[in-house]
Amino acid sequence: MFIQSSLSDKSTFFQKLRSLDYIMLLTILIIGIISSFAMYSTDGGELRYHSESHIIRFVVFFTMMIFISFINIKTWHTLGYLFYIIVLGLLIWASLFGITAQGSQRWINLYFINLQPSELMKIAIIICFAKYYHRIQIVHVNRIRNIIIPILILIIPISLVISQPDLGTSILIALSGIIVLWLAGVNIKYFFYSSLVFIISAPFVISFLKPYQKLRILTFFDPDKDPLGAGYQIIQSKIAVGSGGLTGKGFLKGTQGYLEFLPEKHTDFIFTLFSEEFGFIGSIILLILYAILIFRILRIGSLSRNFFGKFFCFGFGSAIFVYIAVNMSMVLGLLPIVGSPLPIMSYGGSSMLATMIGLGIVMSTKIYSRQLIS
Amino acid sequence: MIGSGEDSGFKKSNTINRRMFIFAAAKAVVFLGIVGRLFSLQINENKKYLTLSDKNRLREARLPPIRGEFVDYFGNRIAKNLTVYQLHVVPEQVEDFKTLIVRLKDILNLSDSHLQELIKKKNKQKPWETLIVSENLTWDEFSKINFYLHELSGARPVLTVGRNYPYNDTYTHVLGYVSEASVEDLVSNETIKERNVPGLRVGKIGLEKALEKELIGTNGVQRFEVNAYGKRINQIDFKEGEQGKTIKLTIDTEIQKYTQELLDNRAGSISIMDIYTGEIIAMNSSPSFDPNLFLYGIEKNKWKEITKDPLKPLLNKTVSGLYSPGSTIKPLVALSALENDVITTNLKVNCRGHKHPLELYGMKYHCWKKQGHGYMSLQNAIKQSCDTYFYEAARLLGVDRLNETAKKFGLGNVVLGKYFNEKKGVVPSTKWKKDAIGQNWYLGETLINGIGQGYIQTTPLQLCLMTAQLANGGHKIYPKIIYENNQENVETIKQKMKLAEENKLEDSNLLSATEKLFKKDEKTYDALYRNKENVKFVLDAMFRSTNEIYGTSFSSRIEDPKYQFAGKTGTAQVKRITEAERELDLKTNQIPYKERDHAWYIAFGPYKNPRYAVSILVEHGGSGSSTAAPLAKKLFKFVIDRHELREKIKKKNIVSADI
Repeated sequence: MFIQSSLSDKSTFFQKLRSLDYIMLLTILIIGIISSFAMYSTDGGELRYHSESHIIRFVVFFTMMIFISFINIKTWHTLGYLFYIIVLGLLIWASLFGITAQGSQRWINLYFINLQPSELMKIAIIICFAKYYHRIQIVHVNRIRNIIIPILILIIPISLVISQPDLGTSILIALSGIIVLWLAGVNIKYFFYSSLVFIISAPFVISFLKPYQKLRILTFFDPDKDPLGAGYQIIQSKIAVGSGGLTGKGFLKGTQGYLEFLPEKHTDFIFTLFSEEFGFIGSIILLILYAILIFRILRIGSLSRNFFGKFFCFGFGSAIFVYIAVNMSMVLGLLPIVGSPLPIMSYGGSSMLATMIGLGIVMSTKIYSRQLIS
Repeated sequence: MIGSGEDSGFKKSNTINRRMFIFAAAKAVVFLGIVGRLFSLQINENKKYLTLSDKNRLREARLPPIRGEFVDYFGNRIAKNLTVYQLHVVPEQVEDFKTLIVRLKDILNLSDSHLQELIKKKNKQKPWETLIVSENLTWDEFSKINFYLHELSGARPVLTVGRNYPYNDTYTHVLGYVSEASVEDLVSNETIKERNVPGLRVGKIGLEKALEKELIGTNGVQRFEVNAYGKRINQIDFKEGEQGKTIKLTIDTEIQKYTQELLDNRAGSISIMDIYTGEIIAMNSSPSFDPNLFLYGIEKNKWKEITKDPLKPLLNKTVSGLYSPGSTIKPLVALSALENDVITTNLKVNCRGHKHPLELYGMKYHCWKKQGHGYMSLQNAIKQSCDTYFYEAARLLGVDRLNETAKKFGLGNVVLGKYFNEKKGVVPSTKWKKDAIGQNWYLGETLINGIGQGYIQTTPLQLCLMTAQLANGGHKIYPKIIYENNQENVETIKQKMKLAEENKLEDSNLLSATEKLFKKDEKTYDALYRNKENVKFVLDAMFRSTNEIYGTSFSSRIEDPKYQFAGKTGTAQVKRITEAERELDLKTNQIPYKERDHAWYIAFGPYKNPRYAVSILVEHGGSGSSTAAPLAKKLFKFVIDRHELREKIKKKNIVSADI
C-alpha cells in the first residue's frame, strides 16, 4: 500500500498524462463542440458575441481543467475550507457591491469576467463537504454536532443567494450539499423529517417569495392561464421542442429560436433550441453524452482510494446530474421555471468555470486515485 | 488509527457505495422520465406542436379582392379600380397609441378634428379591429410613412383598391356606387363576409350591389413569417387573387351622357330600348350625383344636400319612380278595346269641350281641350289625344280587360328583375281594388283609368317596354341591361316573331307547345295580340300624332325618314283639378312646382323600320307635347346617328365571340 502510494507520488508526467480519462475528455469536448454550434445558432447563424465568447471560454476553461487535473488531489483537500470561505466572501461581496441585472444582484465585476460567485458555490459546497466527511468516521456522522455544522455551512450561502434574489441557483446549491450529506450516511430519518417540514412550510416560504417567483411557480401548474405573460416561456419552449419531431428542423432552421419566440435561448433554454433543431435523435445523443460523462465521473469516484475524492466525485457527478435533470425538466415543462443552466451547454462564464473546476478535480482524482490523504 | 481506520473506512466506503447505488438508480429513473417526456413531445405530439409553431411564425394577410370592372357596350370602362394608399393601425398591436397618433399627425399633417375623430372611432371599436387612420394618402405621404415605419410600430401602410367612376354622375343610377362594407352588408351577403378585409368597398345600390358576387373577386393571400414581436421577416407565399368579372352593359355611354344633357338636371327620366333585343341603350334618372363621393365616405353636408334635394337625386326614377302614365296609356287602351271587339276603328265620339263634359252618375269628365275636339274617330282621338273618346272607349272596355292587355305589354311588373329596387306599379282591376283597398270598383274610375289617371301607376321603364313591344309589331321581348354574348341578332328575332305570328294565325297552340318542349331554352317572341292589324292601326295613329298636323307632338317631328319617329304625348296630373282651377286655365309656370303636371312622351323610331323605343318623363314639366316631345326629337337624331356604330361593334363582338 505504501509502495503503491509512493509510486503514484513519484509517477512521471507522462504516466500522469496517460492516466487521464480520455473518454471523459472526449465526451466533454463533444459536448463543448455541440454547445458551440448551438450558440452559433442562437446568434442567428453568425459568429457573433455569444458564440464567440462561448467558444473562447470553453477553450480557456477546458485548458484550465487539464491544468487542474495535474494538481494533486491532496492540495484540493488542503484548500477545501479555504476555497469555501473565499467563495463565501465573494458572495458577501456580491451582495454588497455586486452588479445588478434583471432585478438580481449576483455578479462581481472582475474586469475580464463578470463573476457569479453563486455558481462557484455549487462546487465549493461539494469540496467543503467532501473534506468535512473525509475525516468523520461513519459512526460519528449522525452525531448532533456533525449534523448542525454542515447545515450551517449549507444555510449561510443559500440564504445569501436567495437574498440576491436567485431562487434557481440557491436550490441547486442546496441540492449539491444535500447529495453529499446523503452519501456521507446521514440518517434517512433526517431527510424524511426535513422534507416533511419543507412541504408543510412551503406555502409560508412561497408567501415570502418575490412576486415574479411566485408567479413562475403558479404558472407552472397552469401555463395556459396566462399564455402571453408568465406561462409564455413554458409554452414556447414546449412548442419548440415538440415541433422538432424525430429529426429536428435542421441546424439554423429552428423557427422558434431564430424568430425570438424562445426566451433566454442561449442560457437556460439552450437545450430547447438544440432539441428544436436536432429533434428527438439529437436530444437523445446529448443525453447519452451527459450520461457517459456522469458515469465516468462516478466510476472515477468509485476507484478513488481516498474518501475526499470519492465524496467529491460522487457529489459532483450527482450534482451535474441534478443540474441537467432540473434544467431539462424545466424546459420540457416538468418543473417550474427557475434559473438553472445546463452544464457546458449554457452560455455563462461562471457556470462554465465552476463546471470545469469540478471536472478538473475529478480528473485529478483519477490521476491521483491511489493517493491517500491522512 | 490505521487499524480502526481500516475497519471504519471499509464500513464508510460501503455506506457511500450503497447510497450512491440508490442514487444512481434514481438517476436512471429520472433520465428515463426525461426521455419519455421528449418522446411524448417530439414524437407523439409532434403534429400538434408543429402546428403551434407554424401558427406562431406564420401570418396570413388577406389582400383586398380586386373588383371586376364595368364596361359599356363599346368596351369603355365606366367603373374601374384605383390603387389607393391607406394607413391602417390595429390598436391592439400598438404599444402606445397616443404617441403613435401624435407622431403620425406630425408626419401626415393631420388636422386636430381628424385626430379627435380617430380617437373617438378607436374607442368605439374592438382593440383588434383595424383602424383606418388615413383613407387616401398621396404617394408622397405613403412613401414618407414607409420611410419612418421603423419608429411607427403598429402602423401599417396598406395598398388597397378603390373604385372610380370616370363618367362621374352619368351612370349613378345604373351602377350605383361602392362604399365601405357595413355590418348589414356582412350579415346579408355571405360572399362579402367571406372575403372581407378592413376597408373593403362593396356595392351599396344599383348593379354594383346586385352583381356583388360576380364583381367582388377573390382575395389574394400573402403568407409571411413574423418574429415574436410581430415584425415581418420574410414573405413565404403569395397567392394572387382573381379579379371579379368584368361586366359589359348594353348601354351606350354617349347616348347615356346625352340623355343627361337633355334632362339638364330637371327631375325626370329617359330610357331607350332596342325593340327587338330588349337591350337598354340608355337609362337615366335625373338629377344624379357623383358616386365617387362615396368612396371614402361622403361628407356630412354633401350627404345632407343630396338627401334634402326636393328633386330627389337618390331615387332611381326610371325603375323606382311611380307615376300616372297619363295619355301615354291611350295607344294601349285603344289596342285593348280593338282586340276585345268593344269598338271598331269607325266608332265616333263627340267631344264638346268644357261646357259640355261627359257626365256619369253626376260626375263630370272633362277633356283637356277647353273648346273640345268635335267628332273624333279612334285614329284622331289618339293623334289629338282626346280624353272624351277614351272615357267612352274605357267605359265600353271595362277595367279588367284593360288590365289584361296592360299586363301583357309589361305594365304592373318589374322590367329587369333582380338588378334594381324596381317598383311593380299598379294596373288596377276590380279584383285588385277589392284586395288592396277593400272597396268595389266604380265605373268612374274606369273612365279616368282610360286616360292614364287614377289608380294606375307605372315606371318610365315599363312604358318604354310597352312602347317597344308595340313598336316591334306586338311581340314579347326580353329587356336586358347586361350584354349577352349569345344575343340573337335582330334578323333571327324578326324571323322568330314571324313564326310566332304564323303560329298565332294557324292557332296551332298544340304545335307550338310541343315545339316549346323541344326548344325549352330558346327564347320565343310570342305575339301579344289577337289581331296584328290592331297593332298596326295603333302604331299608325301614333305616327300621325307626331307627323301630321293637329298631332300632339307635331311640332317635334322630324321629316327626314331616316330619323322619323312616332310617339304619344302624355300630361299626367298630379292632383285633381278643381272647377275653379279649370276656369283659371293657368300656364304651367304660374302653378307651384309640386302641383305642375308630369310631362311624358313615349316614342319609337325610325318609323319605316323601327328599332328603338323611348320613354321620356319630366317631373312637373307641364305638358308632354311642349316639354317631353322636343327632347325625343333631339334624342332620336342622336340615337339613330349612332346606330351604325352600334351595329358594327355588334358584328365585331359576334365574330370575336365565335373565335
